Amino acid sequence: MKLLTHNMLTSHVKGVTKGYPLLIKATEVKVNEVEFNPQFVSRMIPKLEWSALVQAAEELGHRQDLPGELVADYETNEEFLKKVHRILLEVEVLEGCLQCPESGREFPISRGIPNMLLNEDEA
Amino acid sequence: VCVSVFQWSLVVHEFNKYFYFLLQEIKALLALRGKPFIPDEKFKEKIKSYYTSRSAFELWGHGQTHSELRASLLSYQSENMSPFMHKDSTYRINIYTFNKTLEFTDRIKRIDALDYLPFEGTVNLKSPQHIFCLLEDYGTDPNNIPEHPNSVYFGRWLADGQRELIHSHSVKNRHFIGNTSMDAGLSFIMANHAKVKENDLVFDPFVGTGSLLVACSHFGAYVCGTDIDYNTIHGRGRSSRKNQKWRGPDENIKANLRQYGTEKTFLDVMVSDSSKSVWREAALFDAIITDPPYGIRESTRRTGSHKDITKPPDGIYLESHIPVSQAYHLSDIFTDLLNFSAHHLVMGGRLVYWLPVYRPEYCEEMVPLNPCFQLISNCEQTLSSHTSRRLITMEKIKEPEELDSLTHLADPRFSPYQGHNAFREKYFSGLNKRRGKEDNKLDFNDVQSKNASR
Repeated sequence: MKLLTHNMLTSHVKGVTKGYPLLIKATEVKVNEVEFNPQFVSRMIPKLEWSALVQAAEELGHRQDLPGELVADYETNEEFLKKVHRILLEVEVLEGCLQCPESGREFPISRGIPNMLLNEDEA
Repeated sequence: VCVSVFQWSLVVHEFNKYFYFLLQEIKALLALRGKPFIPDEKFKEKIKSYYTSRSAFELWGHGQTHSELRASLLSYQSENMSPFMHKDSTYRINIYTFNKTLEFTDRIKRIDALDYLPFEGTVNLKSPQHIFCLLEDYGTDPNNIPEHPNSVYFGRWLADGQRELIHSHSVKNRHFIGNTSMDAGLSFIMANHAKVKENDLVFDPFVGTGSLLVACSHFGAYVCGTDIDYNTIHGRGRSSRKNQKWRGPDENIKANLRQYGTEKTFLDVMVSDSSKSVWREAALFDAIITDPPYGIRESTRRTGSHKDITKPPDGIYLESHIPVSQAYHLSDIFTDLLNFSAHHLVMGGRLVYWLPVYRPEYCEEMVPLNPCFQLISNCEQTLSSHTSRRLITMEKIKEPEELDSLTHLADPRFSPYQGHNAFREKYFSGLNKRRGKEDNKLDFNDVQSKNASR
């Protein structure tokens, strides 16, 4: 699971109102090399919840020097875009789980694939 | 077949069942350009992305006989011809015949007969600057080929379409397929209908083996998908490939993208129930492209309680736990899909999906609508004598308001798909009468491949 995806996911456990962002408890994390595409990164930045991204990067121990706030004029700031690219697309959670911050419910991640299915009584 | 687009004409080479899809593709691609239509270099590039056509030509003349063609060509404005025929240019003439094979000498005769045209350049067979084409249509019945063509066309070749790409992307060659993997040509057509472009973010909520994502990644879009079936997402379970029992370790969606060199655009796939959205409330996706289950080949499911099923012990969630499924009524699938798309598509973003249809009862009012969407197109693909599916394209024109998700309940359109598996029942009622037994395993691929044969 990549952090771009994680940034867009929320807990859908019945009755939960503060289900975002999901906490990440990773047991295996991998950093891949993914071709840098500055246009794509620029397009995704407005869709992100920046603080949730920083929090997720911290949880995985991969924050490095990612700033706590979005910089202005990021479209032309290649150095910044490369940092964002790395955290969005290159850092991958292979094993672990996502946890609903309100209910504590855990969604397992296996082979990089989150299982978001709820049980019959939670739906 | 002549397709008039603004004041120009294109002749679509290779008439086939995808004709209506081509019209929509052209419109979508023209909309993508956002400009008035002029067949310049950029247009030729667009033609190259048409998956329904083999080639496109600038039509100069046509007729039902060669003398009519001649009259038509002589009335074509010479200033539109001269840029391509002046004495310093090189050219060649190709002859194409549909449904008939011409002898070499007959081809030469036809080329010679075009000498009334003001060709001033030199013939270059290997690499001409301009290629002209004479097309003869001998109908569609290979058992009844007329001596003279039904119609003839002459034009200047512009570009070739992507039919050969369909071959290279053929599902037969793909690492990972399932029972309902989308015909390669149709995947590309769907991506075109959705105006998928480079750096878009595309989502498929019924992703299966990822056929649609493969096509979208080809356009440079980044792709993600979900599916309720754990085994399909993980690439496990019985193989759909003939002569193969179980899927190998390299059979999953990511492997499919790797096969086509678009692995960098693979975002994620997840096991998830589309009726219970896991996405936060925001306009996340540029396009949503999907083929929802029809309830025939792949069963329609969603999570929910069944009274007679034992619950797992509290607090223990097995990693591969697959919750009990309950029947997901077809009408719910579409209203959920439209509602989900209204909330998660960008403004102007498109939803493209297949709608199964019981033909004897079909009427346009059955296409589900939503106040946030404008219906762009509705193209039919026949599956059998009494069923077909329709490719529906919708464009988001308005942000959703509180009550929008409920408006469908008051809509008379809502009723046709109501009732438990109504489509399934209608589909099988005809079959059961003939066979006299229950048979859920319709050979869907047979029906598909029959229609897909070229």
